[in-house]
Amino acid sequence: MVNTRRVVTLLLPLVLFFVVCIFLFKGLYSDPRKLDSALIGQPVPAFILQDIYDPNKQHDSSIFQGKKMLLNVWATWCPTCYAEHQFLNQLSGQGIYIVGMNYKDDRKKAIRWLTDLNDPYQISLFDSDGMLGLDLGVYGAPETYFIDSKGIIQYRHVGALNDAIWNEQLAKLFNGMQ
Amino acid sequence: MNPRRKQRLIIISSLVIGLSLALGLVLFALQQNIDLFYTPTEIIEGKNETGVKPVIGQRLRVGGLVVNGSVKRDPESLKVSFDLIDNGGGLVTVFFDGILPDLFREGQGIVAQGELLNATQIHAFEVLAKHDEEYLPPEVAEALEGMDHLKETEE
Amino acid sequence: MLAEIGQFTLIIACLLALLQTVYPLYGIYAGQQNAIASAKVLTIMQFFFVGLAFVILSYLFLVNDFTVSYIANNSNSALPWYYRLSAVWGAHEGSLLLWVFLLSLWSAAVAVLSKHLPLESIARVLAVLGLLSFGFYLFVLFTSNPFLRTLPYFPVDGRDLNPLLQDVGLIVHPPMLYMGYVGFSVAFAFAIAALMEGRLDSAWAKWSRPWTMAAWVFLTAGITLGSWWAYYELGWGGWWFWDPVENASFMPWLAGTALIHSLAVSEKRGVFKSWTVLLAISAFSLSLLGTFLVRSGILVSVHAFASDPARGLFILAFLILVIGGSLLLYAVQASKVKSRGRYQLFSRETMLLSNNILLIAALIVVLLGTLLPLVHKELGLGSISIGEPFFNSMFTILAVPFALFLGVAPLVRWKRQTVQELFKPLVHCLLITITSTVIYLYIFASYFTWLALLGVFLGLWVFTTVCYELYLRATHRLPLFLGLTKLGYSHWAMSIGHAGFAVLIIGITMTQNYSIERDIKLTIGESITFEHYDFHFDAVQDLQGENYTGKVGIFTIKKDNKYVTTMKAEKRIYTVQRMPMTEAAIDAGVTRDLYIAMGEVLPDGAWAVRIYYKPFIRWIWFGPLMMVFAGILMIMDKRYRIKKIPLQEL
Repeated sequence: MVNTRRVVTLLLPLVLFFVVCIFLFKGLYSDPRKLDSALIGQPVPAFILQDIYDPNKQHDSSIFQGKKMLLNVWATWCPTCYAEHQFLNQLSGQGIYIVGMNYKDDRKKAIRWLTDLNDPYQISLFDSDGMLGLDLGVYGAPETYFIDSKGIIQYRHVGALNDAIWNEQLAKLFNGMQ
Repeated sequence: MNPRRKQRLIIISSLVIGLSLALGLVLFALQQNIDLFYTPTEIIEGKNETGVKPVIGQRLRVGGLVVNGSVKRDPESLKVSFDLIDNGGGLVTVFFDGILPDLFREGQGIVAQGELLNATQIHAFEVLAKHDEEYLPPEVAEALEGMDHLKETEE
Repeated sequence: MLAEIGQFTLIIACLLALLQTVYPLYGIYAGQQNAIASAKVLTIMQFFFVGLAFVILSYLFLVNDFTVSYIANNSNSALPWYYRLSAVWGAHEGSLLLWVFLLSLWSAAVAVLSKHLPLESIARVLAVLGLLSFGFYLFVLFTSNPFLRTLPYFPVDGRDLNPLLQDVGLIVHPPMLYMGYVGFSVAFAFAIAALMEGRLDSAWAKWSRPWTMAAWVFLTAGITLGSWWAYYELGWGGWWFWDPVENASFMPWLAGTALIHSLAVSEKRGVFKSWTVLLAISAFSLSLLGTFLVRSGILVSVHAFASDPARGLFILAFLILVIGGSLLLYAVQASKVKSRGRYQLFSRETMLLSNNILLIAALIVVLLGTLLPLVHKELGLGSISIGEPFFNSMFTILAVPFALFLGVAPLVRWKRQTVQELFKPLVHCLLITITSTVIYLYIFASYFTWLALLGVFLGLWVFTTVCYELYLRATHRLPLFLGLTKLGYSHWAMSIGHAGFAVLIIGITMTQNYSIERDIKLTIGESITFEHYDFHFDAVQDLQGENYTGKVGIFTIKKDNKYVTTMKAEKRIYTVQRMPMTEAAIDAGVTRDLYIAMGEVLPDGAWAVRIYYKPFIRWIWFGPLMMVFAGILMIMDKRYRIKKIPLQEL
């Protein structure tokens, strides 16, 4: 025969465990790390970075003024960037102005990559210690920022660009920018 | 009462006494050592959720952005002070004596743990900076939502 | 191709694990001996296939196959081969593969080494283990597959392993820790099998005791290694941070420590059985909870692995099924258990029970401190962090009765003890302890604090009573030395384990009370003096490593004007990940460590330097090492040799 009072006492650990689980479950979905919208509507942060081909040539945030463009964050260690690269070449062929930011990478490897795979970038920044990336809140590579002619970030795309995404959503967005 | 029951009674009552004593102790120790997280604005205007302002001498954690040009070092020692801001517009000054983390720099989001000296000044025991791009303390992320680059307007 | 084979063997292992659960249980239900006997074979096959998958992943790391995205993200061709190998468990996917691999290793060990147990019991145990494996295989295959390809486009080189993890300590730390975590699954499986069978007896306690001890040994070693690693690698000179991830490993340890003591009572005296079962379930549940906390990223810590709610949700569901199910089974079945043994209030049983209660209290303190920030936030009360002083003060308070009881318990008899009998030995021990405490502090303490007095007293109290008990036991019938040689392994294990705890307490006390930590500004040529040591900053040189560059600060250390050593503290920049790292210089010693870490270069060219003097810090790791050794001794005791020995009534 089962002693009911003992069962109730022995059920206590189970009840406590379920209470803990409720909080664990709630905690799972209140992950506040998502920062996607942090930069939208803000100008590109100030920086001074070397050109990837020429250490003596420096760029600052004024390169983002005057026309709408894309800022693409990439690196040779990033597999998805490789996949994305051909599509960037294609975009560049359509006359879209793209600034590349080589992120936490090795200069030699990056130059070899651009020589081998064609260079879709009008300007290539070399962010070797990832400090501009830190300011932009780059989560990983690749990422692409849509910047209007006033130098304001209008949209941030995390992950690779490709035909499908571009045609479905992003082309409209880019064409709609000032 | 038979001896077995008596023994059981002693065990159970000592357990109950012990437990309540322990609970009291834990709660007391917790009260002393909970470090609430504040943004600079919350330090000045009170916590968003409750409206309660921190008391002088209270241990707390504060997270915000280091204002450009505000880092002042003592030439003789490692004493350093800097200002922190957040998207609410509040500004507090942090004093620290020690080695700043590798990724500490102006315009960067950091968390300081310390004691409130007066309405807008904090004496920090510890300063934590973003370790790499994949680690930003969530509280700081929230506090900085939409203002990563206020430093531009500060300049 | 190889990666696909790896994935395929993993799928086979997954199916075998399912079979290992279902078929033997069916056999028990239907009374088919063949099906029951298949449990062992299936377990060993499962181990073979997951082992193969693990070897394949390691090989792919060694040959730098960056078409596998896990490898591309966590390795680099510039990495030395041994770090490429340890990078296998450097991140989420691989460490889970390691987890299932070790789980099947433990299962296979149970299958092979349990020849003397009834086949049906072993089949039940293996079925429970199979179910656990099955859950983890599903997790690996559906949310964290390490064999995913990056094809058709793959990177020319990998992203490199996090520099923090490029270290010898990190080669060994995770496997040790996981061996411990996963090892508690055996104790868990034994408990669940016994509950299913409705047979909780001394035999059950006796079978699961060496397994539990083995898991505890690994966990102890793993935590100790982790603490040592944090000390020399993180550059802060701390040995324990009450970080959520550390807490996650500490909680199963506390439950496991309570479990090994409670099992001893259950085996020898046949009491506390339902309590022991609950501890066995808790120890493993806390291991799972630890995994959940670390892997889901809901708690922020220095270890912060990238978070993914889908993964977290999967583990949570698994947790609810496994822990919830076993606690339900426990509630129904354990209520039928009757205690047979009788004991009086003042007896060794009660002493061990108090020890258990104090350990569980410590566990609750850690659990509270770890989960409260989460609860606080979810209740909408704002973000908090629990300060280190909370844990430190709670543990100081708990340590006092714990150490006092620990000293007395081995002197107390089972069943009943009269106070008069114990009076003389206790007074002797107390006198010896007080004298040695005074002498010790006179020699080693540079000034007096009450906490130091308390800590050293407690440590020496435990040590004295351990020695006294050994002396009493050895001279019971024989002369001292002959008597000592006649003592069983498990008796030595108890004494050495407790002495290790004494060493640990003394180490913690001395380090916490007498450490000197200076963060100072030094220009080359300057020096600083404290505790008779003179630290002279000689020079800064450039540094060039295999996959990093940096600076190295060179210091000459003198004590009372006599040359001691030269120390080199490094500041490295890892070239691929562009991450700065501090490599502290440490001069280790029995009674003190000297510790130098380079901070930053200040605008005027001077360096911020961190110089520590840490007395007795080595004891903090030496004590647990003694416990590990004690645990190994205990497993080797002849009672647990693979032979059928009738249970002795004491």
